[in-house]
Amino acid sequence: MSVITIERKVLEKNEQIAQRNRELFEQRGILVLNFVSSPGAGKTSILEKTFQELRGAMKIAVIEGDVQTDLDAQRVARYGVSVVQIVTLGGCHLEAKLVADALGSLQLDGLDLLFIENVGNLVCPANYDLGEALKVVVLSTTEGEDKPLKYPAMFLNSSVLIINKTDLIPYAHCDLNALKRNALQINPALRVFEVSCFTGTGITEWCDWLRKKDLSGL
Amino acid sequence: MHELGIAQNILQIVQQSVAKELEADVREIRLRVGRLSGIVPDSLEFCFSAIVNETGMQRARLRIEQVPIISRCKECSHRFQMDDWGFSCPECKSVSLELISGRELEVVEIELADGSDEAV
Repeated sequence: MSVITIERKVLEKNEQIAQRNRELFEQRGILVLNFVSSPGAGKTSILEKTFQELRGAMKIAVIEGDVQTDLDAQRVARYGVSVVQIVTLGGCHLEAKLVADALGSLQLDGLDLLFIENVGNLVCPANYDLGEALKVVVLSTTEGEDKPLKYPAMFLNSSVLIINKTDLIPYAHCDLNALKRNALQINPALRVFEVSCFTGTGITEWCDWLRKKDLSGL
Repeated sequence: MHELGIAQNILQIVQQSVAKELEADVREIRLRVGRLSGIVPDSLEFCFSAIVNETGMQRARLRIEQVPIISRCKECSHRFQMDDWGFSCPECKSVSLELISGRELEVVEIELADGSDEAV
């Protein structure tokens, strides 16, 4: 028997493409956020509220990732943002190559913000770098306060946590403090926002943070 | 959940590392898989066995070394293994931790049968 030493990362190809994406974004001064969550947590609703709040103030584009349909792209296109839909046809996460290919369909000139809305899934997207500045994990109060403990890699790899559907706390019997405690136990550096897309609570604070494009401390 | 894609990546890396005529001699592909990598070893082995026959490496098997999650406390420098998700230092309770291992997903080495092995 003979042994050949390899020592290569299985995801090295994805990481190389992600790094090229990141360099392109940094050269152009575009803040790129990778939105991750379980299906139905409210990623698209938060983006819709964000577009309303930042209309005229920042130039925004969106890459939508879904297993099927362009329903989300149709939703966000109504707000006049540049959008491209990636349909993964069963794929459980976006990869850097898909994002690199999608960039060709977007108008990048003068862009301030690019949101990449990942496939709804709290597992796989945690491990694929797309070239983003940071991951934003969205968790809704109806999902239960234990989710950060059950899906730790996602909360560990994210820099921002948006807790959505705070208006439903009385009905969902969600212990908001326990939810935050669980998330911060996994990742004490998480920047936490509490929002309700239904009432609009917390959206201004989130958008004020976006306006500053200040990632210090994250 | 995406172990099929990972198995394809592994086979590609091996194919880039050995000459085409040696592919049939690949017996073992050694991997290092961290417990934070999101990869389930049983699932990866299942996916690998499903697609390896489409390559010239039908006799190749995976050997997976699971890497524990090890952290170092930035306050008191204590190194410890985490078995559950209590992300704080067991010595001083600090939550300021540096992750030492657990994210690995690497092809470490490949074992090939030599011509002499075939004769035995």
